[in-house]
Amino acid sequence: MGARISALAIAILACLTISNVQAAEPKHGGILHIYHRETPPSLSIHEEATFSVNAPAMALFNNLVLYDQHKPQNSMGTIVPELADSWAWSSDNLSLTFKLHQGVKWHDGQPFTSKDVKCTFDLLQGKGEDKFRKNPRKDLFNNISDVTTNGDFEVTLHLNRPQPSILAMLASGYTPMYSCHVPSAQMRTHPIGTGPFKFVEFKQNELIKLEKNPDYWKKGLPYLDGIEYTIISNRATAVLAFVAGKVDMTFPTELTSALIKDIKTQDPTAVCEIAPINVSTNLIVNREKPPFDNLELRKAMALALDRKAMIDIIFQGQGDIGGTMLPPPEGVWGMPPDMLKTIPGYGDVKKDREQAREIMTKLGYSADKPLKIKVSTRNIATYRDPAVVLIDQLKSIYIDAELDPVESSQWFAKVARNDYSVGLNLTGNGIDDPDQAFYENYACGSERNYTHYCNKELEALFDKQSVETDVQKRKTMVWEIDKKLQEDVARPILMHARSGMCWKPFVKNMTVMNNSAYNGYRYEDVWLDK
Amino acid sequence: MGSYLIRRFFLMLLTLFGISVLIFTMLRLVPGNIADIVFNAAGMIDVAEKAKLEKELGLDQPIAVQYVKWVTGLARGDLGYSYVSEKPAIQEILPRIPITAKLAGLALSFAILFGVPLGVLSAVRQNSKLDYILRVISLSGLSMPAFWLGLLILMACVKFFNTIPIYTNPPVGFWNSLWLFSIPAAAVGFRSSALVMRLTRSSMLEVLRQDYIRTARAKGASNNSVNFHHALRNAVLPVVTVIGLEAAFLMGGLIVTETVFNIPGVARFLVEAIRWRDYPIVQNLVMFIAIVAVSINFLVDLLYAVLDPRIKYS
Repeated sequence: MGARISALAIAILACLTISNVQAAEPKHGGILHIYHRETPPSLSIHEEATFSVNAPAMALFNNLVLYDQHKPQNSMGTIVPELADSWAWSSDNLSLTFKLHQGVKWHDGQPFTSKDVKCTFDLLQGKGEDKFRKNPRKDLFNNISDVTTNGDFEVTLHLNRPQPSILAMLASGYTPMYSCHVPSAQMRTHPIGTGPFKFVEFKQNELIKLEKNPDYWKKGLPYLDGIEYTIISNRATAVLAFVAGKVDMTFPTELTSALIKDIKTQDPTAVCEIAPINVSTNLIVNREKPPFDNLELRKAMALALDRKAMIDIIFQGQGDIGGTMLPPPEGVWGMPPDMLKTIPGYGDVKKDREQAREIMTKLGYSADKPLKIKVSTRNIATYRDPAVVLIDQLKSIYIDAELDPVESSQWFAKVARNDYSVGLNLTGNGIDDPDQAFYENYACGSERNYTHYCNKELEALFDKQSVETDVQKRKTMVWEIDKKLQEDVARPILMHARSGMCWKPFVKNMTVMNNSAYNGYRYEDVWLDK
Repeated sequence: MGSYLIRRFFLMLLTLFGISVLIFTMLRLVPGNIADIVFNAAGMIDVAEKAKLEKELGLDQPIAVQYVKWVTGLARGDLGYSYVSEKPAIQEILPRIPITAKLAGLALSFAILFGVPLGVLSAVRQNSKLDYILRVISLSGLSMPAFWLGLLILMACVKFFNTIPIYTNPPVGFWNSLWLFSIPAAAVGFRSSALVMRLTRSSMLEVLRQDYIRTARAKGASNNSVNFHHALRNAVLPVVTVIGLEAAFLMGGLIVTETVFNIPGVARFLVEAIRWRDYPIVQNLVMFIAIVAVSINFLVDLLYAVLDPRIKYS
């Protein structure tokens, strides 16, 4: 009897296991409905710098290599082949050769070849006849001296100096392959890619429609028949639309922890995740404008910061304290907490402020005679809110600041003109990699080095870490550089934001990247369990 | 009458010319242009590339030259290209007009259907319980912000019916369309109906005190005849003016409702275009709204003569 019961139990368990396995088997078909937070400026990924573009457009394209779409943390170890079946470094690490996948076609039926790879880099480096209207990541590829092809299916990138990070840049959602035969202007409005989905329609303020690419070169993919982004600019409406089931998924990175709590109350079945998005809020101080040309004053400002309070107020505790690089465990290159604590301004807030007040007193300021300044920032909530908290914190060290909200269209122009004293800025990182962060934001003469911080010695260290192939050694070097940047008050990092997204439980195979918000939208193996 | 019509027509043209100059100049006085915004969106400033883009779009030319180009294009039916979508402006504007027209038409119908009869009822039953209730409702209609009411409606729909009446795809068929537009139209129309109701009430109260109403009653006319035939016809003149103004406002002023209910109409598109400094879209849309507003005013003036035979135009 006992044996019979055991056999029955085993049989039932086996049936349940089989049915579970069957339930987990991906299903083909269905349209994934997502809301989009705004009308994106265009659909040309290379010309834009916002995940409002990456989110819908990444599914149209392929890269040479890509971050594994189901590993939340992007790192050198999670880079997988895509249009390139394999890659190999030369012995001197000065050239990187890719063997391309054969039989890949663009959405208009033209074959994908090595010429298209060359054309993409010509566009990025401004070498070809056709040019991008704007080229925000041109500097990332400065180290590529030449791109050569060997037949239709082999391409080599020649570098000025070894740079292991070049692979990370190629794996980003920001680096899709463009074709030679489609003009860059067309890519803004009617993009043609090789990706799992084809472009159907883009209507301002209304929708972005993608349909399954039936000739997709990855056999059996994509599972979905299409993806439809409904543009819902009002967040309250968008959240209600998700709760009511009008859309299956919220826009990536769009939800605060408070909103997620609200959604979970209304729809307990919703699957929600909060993760760092690798966007830092930072303080920019015009070091060429007196009295801010005085390093002591800038140091006092850095000492006045209470980062935890800022995170608690702005993100209800959902944020991270770190340096330039996203802090661990999600960030690959961020300084360890023990090291972070040794930097002035990251320790005991009370003591730091005491020290800051001493500096300010020495400089001739006091409670009765405060330093009057303006804190300029973009006039949108994500910039304005932390600026208001910053103003309050600066009061503790005799700085009487006033908010100077700048019309959004004028913000970068104003900063580029050096027409500010103190500002608050947000910096998004497409990839969690020191090369991108250091060269873009701190190299002498870089367009995005808003504070014009220039330290040639440190820049030499940028180069040194950039050529290092040993990840652990490179990490130690990166930490030292990051520490020095914070000590020099180059651009004090106030906090790293976290934000979230939710989807209905029938949306399967969705992975949220936790150290970049720009790389996880290929959606080729996402499926609907309906 | 003929000479009046011709005079009014030329006056309309003059008004439209004034509006075109005003909108063209004001748009260029606002800081930043499309080139600034395009680069700003990418978090960078490339002065040379920006200048190139400005040249490409003709923004480097003197403002007078730009104006003449626009107006001559307009006369030829060429509205230019949207800077953002890079499609002909007409292709962007035209599909949005029927959407807003439907919403505005339904909202206006709601306002008239509820506002006028309830206003009459409130006046003829002055100081009764019904009058007080209607006055409270109309006051709340006037003081409730449209976005708040819209969100409240959406939240109620989600909570009680697990559905949300927002625009995600173009509705198919008459009933679907009616269902989709009637709720936002009610949200907008509530305010308009409150306005119409209060105006009808006060106008009716004034008319009901006139001697000729007393004479009509003395002659044995029924209450309905007095209220609707004799009084309403005379009381409705200021109401027609307000309805005309509301109609003109609804064509371009539905930004909040269009945003809350996610309707891709003219107003939301206009605000988005202003944000992007998409001059061809903004200029042409504002001109369209101005033409609608001026035409409605003209029609209202003509309607006066129909409603009150004592009014003669010469």
